[in-house]
Amino acid sequence: MSCGKMESRILGYVDGRLKESERLDAEKHLAACAACRLRVNEFRAVSGLLDELPLIEPSPAFDARVHALVAAEPVKQSWWAWMRIPPRVAFVASLLLLATVCLGYYSRPQVAPLPWSNPMEADAQMIQDLPVLEDHDVLSNFEPLKDLPGKADDDSDNTQQQM
Amino acid sequence: MVRTDVQLMLDVKAGDEASFELLLQRYRTPLVNFLFRMVRNREQAEDLAQEVFLRVYRAREDYVPSAKFTTWLFRIATNLALNSMRDTRYQKLEVSMDAPVSMDAEDGDERPLDVPEKHPNIEQHLVENVRVKMIRHAIDKLPEKQRAAVLLHKYEELDYAEIAKILSCSESALKSLLFRAYESLRVELAPLVARQAR
Repeated sequence: MSCGKMESRILGYVDGRLKESERLDAEKHLAACAACRLRVNEFRAVSGLLDELPLIEPSPAFDARVHALVAAEPVKQSWWAWMRIPPRVAFVASLLLLATVCLGYYSRPQVAPLPWSNPMEADAQMIQDLPVLEDHDVLSNFEPLKDLPGKADDDSDNTQQQM
Repeated sequence: MVRTDVQLMLDVKAGDEASFELLLQRYRTPLVNFLFRMVRNREQAEDLAQEVFLRVYRAREDYVPSAKFTTWLFRIATNLALNSMRDTRYQKLEVSMDAPVSMDAEDGDERPLDVPEKHPNIEQHLVENVRVKMIRHAIDKLPEKQRAAVLLHKYEELDYAEIAKILSCSESALKSLLFRAYESLRVELAPLVARQAR
């Protein structure tokens, strides 16, 4: 290894951050190079001196000031966040909706049941009644019957009832 | 079980304020110390550290754990510190236009003006021994980027890849930056180094 290459690895060597193979190479070079050996010792000394700087503690008001800054931040809400409702409100709303549906179901007007429940039966019944319906059409559209006075029928009916 | 920084940040993102408090407790001292060593003014360092935490809080909803949390945190801190130092430097220039300013050709950064250290009070001045003052002075004389690299490498124990990301440079450029910084410190602290290296 050259002294130039050693320069790029010297801090890693001092820190102990070199890979095993790199460390062995560096140690091989250092064993043969007094100048690099001196530099390594001096860099170690610099590193040791830097350790002597004392730590400072943040002032007691530091946290309070951060909290105040954070509290002063406007609350950002996503576009759908306003739609989110609290669980209690959601529960009550669900109950109300359920009650409304139940009330609507039980208070609806009762429809008279059909005489037949099966659609096939209904079709068969209609086919069976077709001749009657056809007779009804013939009679209702029969021209000579239209000339009969309706009042006379009524009178005769009344006479029969009196008798 | 101790939650990782990323887990805490994801919890903050989900609306857990207590996790933000844990992050604050975990990083308040390292951040204040890093910034204090960068800007050399305690009040300014605390203001900047508060700004870092505020920015972390503001970014919680967009947070994606693509890198280590410390990389992100110290990147914010470093950028704020560098901007603040540049602003402060202009203020210092206004105070003394005659003071010598030299340019660091490699970094393109101005070397800090050789302004005497300001001590908030006499007590602190007395407590600081000559040795610590020499070390602080040597760090202060480093160009900004070299100073940030040394502080992140030495005190925050971040690995090279992380520091390179924070300083937006390649790993090889970072190693070169650190080598030059340690060389400058070695020269600046020669009397102490010679005693130590014996």
